[in-house]
Amino acid sequence: MDEKSNKTGEDKWGMVVDLDLCNGCGACVTACGIENNLPTVGEDESAYGRGMHWIRIQRYWEGEYPHIRARYYPVMCQQCGAAPCEPVCPVYATYHSEPEAINIQVYNRCVGTRFCAQNCPYVARVFNWFDYTQAEPMNNFFNPDVTRRTRGIMEKCTFCLQRIRRAQEDAEQGGYELADGDVQTACSQACPTRAIIFGNLADPESRVARLSESARAYRMLEDLGTKPKVFYLKGSETGLRGLTS
Amino acid sequence: MTTDVQMMSKAHDRGEEALAQEHLMHDPRSQEEMNGMVMEAMQDMGVKYYALVAFLAVMTGVLLFGAWGLLIFKGYGLAGMNRPVYWGLFITNFVFWIGISHAGTFVSAILRVFKAEYRRPFTRAAEMLTTFGLMTAGIFPILHLGRSWRFYWMIPYPNQRMLWPNFRAPIMWDMIAITTYLLCSTMYLYLPLIPDLAMTRDHSTGWKRTIYKYLALGWRGTERQWAHLQRAINIFAFAIIPVMFSVHTIVAWDFAATRMVGWHTTIFGPFFVIGAILSGVSAVAMVLIIVRATMKNMKYFIRPEHFDAIGKLILIVSMGWAYFFYNEFFLEWYGGEATGHVVLDFLMSSPIWWIMIICNMGIPFMTLWSKKVRRTPWMLFTVTALINVGMYFERVVIINWIPFRNRMPFDWGDYMPSPIEISITLGALCLFALLYVVMSRLIPLIPVWEVKEGQTSHSVRKVGKASISSVAELE
Repeated sequence: MDEKSNKTGEDKWGMVVDLDLCNGCGACVTACGIENNLPTVGEDESAYGRGMHWIRIQRYWEGEYPHIRARYYPVMCQQCGAAPCEPVCPVYATYHSEPEAINIQVYNRCVGTRFCAQNCPYVARVFNWFDYTQAEPMNNFFNPDVTRRTRGIMEKCTFCLQRIRRAQEDAEQGGYELADGDVQTACSQACPTRAIIFGNLADPESRVARLSESARAYRMLEDLGTKPKVFYLKGSETGLRGLTS
Repeated sequence: MTTDVQMMSKAHDRGEEALAQEHLMHDPRSQEEMNGMVMEAMQDMGVKYYALVAFLAVMTGVLLFGAWGLLIFKGYGLAGMNRPVYWGLFITNFVFWIGISHAGTFVSAILRVFKAEYRRPFTRAAEMLTTFGLMTAGIFPILHLGRSWRFYWMIPYPNQRMLWPNFRAPIMWDMIAITTYLLCSTMYLYLPLIPDLAMTRDHSTGWKRTIYKYLALGWRGTERQWAHLQRAINIFAFAIIPVMFSVHTIVAWDFAATRMVGWHTTIFGPFFVIGAILSGVSAVAMVLIIVRATMKNMKYFIRPEHFDAIGKLILIVSMGWAYFFYNEFFLEWYGGEATGHVVLDFLMSSPIWWIMIICNMGIPFMTLWSKKVRRTPWMLFTVTALINVGMYFERVVIINWIPFRNRMPFDWGDYMPSPIEISITLGALCLFALLYVVMSRLIPLIPVWEVKEGQTSHSVRKVGKASISSVAELE
């Protein structure tokens, strides 16, 4: 957990996904789409691998029938501390924001080499293959805080940066410190089982910081050395279910 | 074909006449006669020629630039790319044409450095392959961009965005390497061309003479000018070889520098270089066979001895390719890493994997050991064309097929090139052919002075009853 020990007094946003609580309902996917103005591309395009989802629920089957069960893994951009996508961008469209420790995607800089996406081990990035339009009535539901993207550029989960910014500005205006839970991403807000928890990893008292220390915690493809900011909790196999949190 | 074989066996008798029939270097003609032959080939522009140029120009316009325009106005979704195969045939074409462009330098510079005498008549044909191959390849990194009209944002220049490009990005290395290579190879093409341009100047009249006068840079053929030229060519021949190796290594790093399973491997640099040489030298053979069959007087300059030598070279390079191939894929398999096995199992279930192996190893190994195959133009053409098919599929396997599988089975995908990608692929071939066909009538395709130089330095000596070919050291 080296990026947590590296405290600079600034926020290190992170996320915990409790796989033992996730039931694969897909509320996070929908909420993310509404919050971030994600276009819907239709069934055929989506089946061809062009769905514009910043978060997706990977479903795996375990075991053989009749002893079969589904496993759900909500996967979004892991906001890597050592991100493979960052050094390969020739125009700095994707780069590391030091204060927030988030991978930023600057849409206006992007020329669409798609190198970042090809280098992402989490397949977290989506490309605007066309100029997408929203059908009625969804074209009235755009979030004014989030830019709409044109064709030919890359996009991905931003940890709802617009919400982080708004909470920070509110705290500044109101003259108070940000408390744990003041910032929620759309997916975490929408999760009916509270499986997705968002917060500040730099604050040792926050829920994410405590849960990330859990014996059930691991990070996806951790051996690649990407230092993700998303922690997954999974204890059903080891009998650790419900030990913490 | 039988005549070729008979000619060859005669050469083995070491008769002086047979030597002349077999080797261009022992079949000297006067400078003026050769000049005339080359000029005749150059000025041979009939209706057929113009029809071909017009056809190629239209096809390039429609298939390449028309389709590109469609991509720009409708969106890159018209191509078959998706998640997780973000790079389609465009990058495959890029790597393929960079590979083709390796041949010119390899054949010309390396054979020049090692003083292989048989290189003399076809160095220029090979160097033109490099220059035009690179020009064709250079289109693709731009064409492939999601916003190709913004490609200049990758060029380092002081700009209103106050942003320097990211020199840690492999694409930047690519741009620098390719620009360097294009400049070097164009200069390397131009240097030995100067005396021939002067020859063209002396053989033309009117406005053409004026143009060639400037292109020939005032060449008069003085002792001093020759000394300078030889020196410059020598420097370039040595200096361009590391450039050539670095270019394809850097292209390979586009893949090897990623964290993709199947791409992140240290062998990719040399593996891509040997693949480039294999497809490139095969392309030289194809171009020479076409030039010999379609242009006037070329049967004197390009002979079965040259096809024989190139065929042997291809056989050796094909063995080299096989060596790197096993180093790459066999050890991946033996290592037993789970995701690596998933990728390999998938590749081996695909027919293009087997086409690649048959065309790159099977066919050259089974055919090129035979002198008859090497010396018969249509046979060698078939073999080299198949090698290039195999090498194209090698790039498809690496660039398009490996990303089908990744570390997370939920995100496995597939990819099929769309008609628009195939159109652009064919359009690129037309562009290359167009450039080559047009240029073949603008500059002398045979370096006459080099041939003459070689013929002057060669002599036949009698050792006992045998006639032995002997070369004087000139350079």
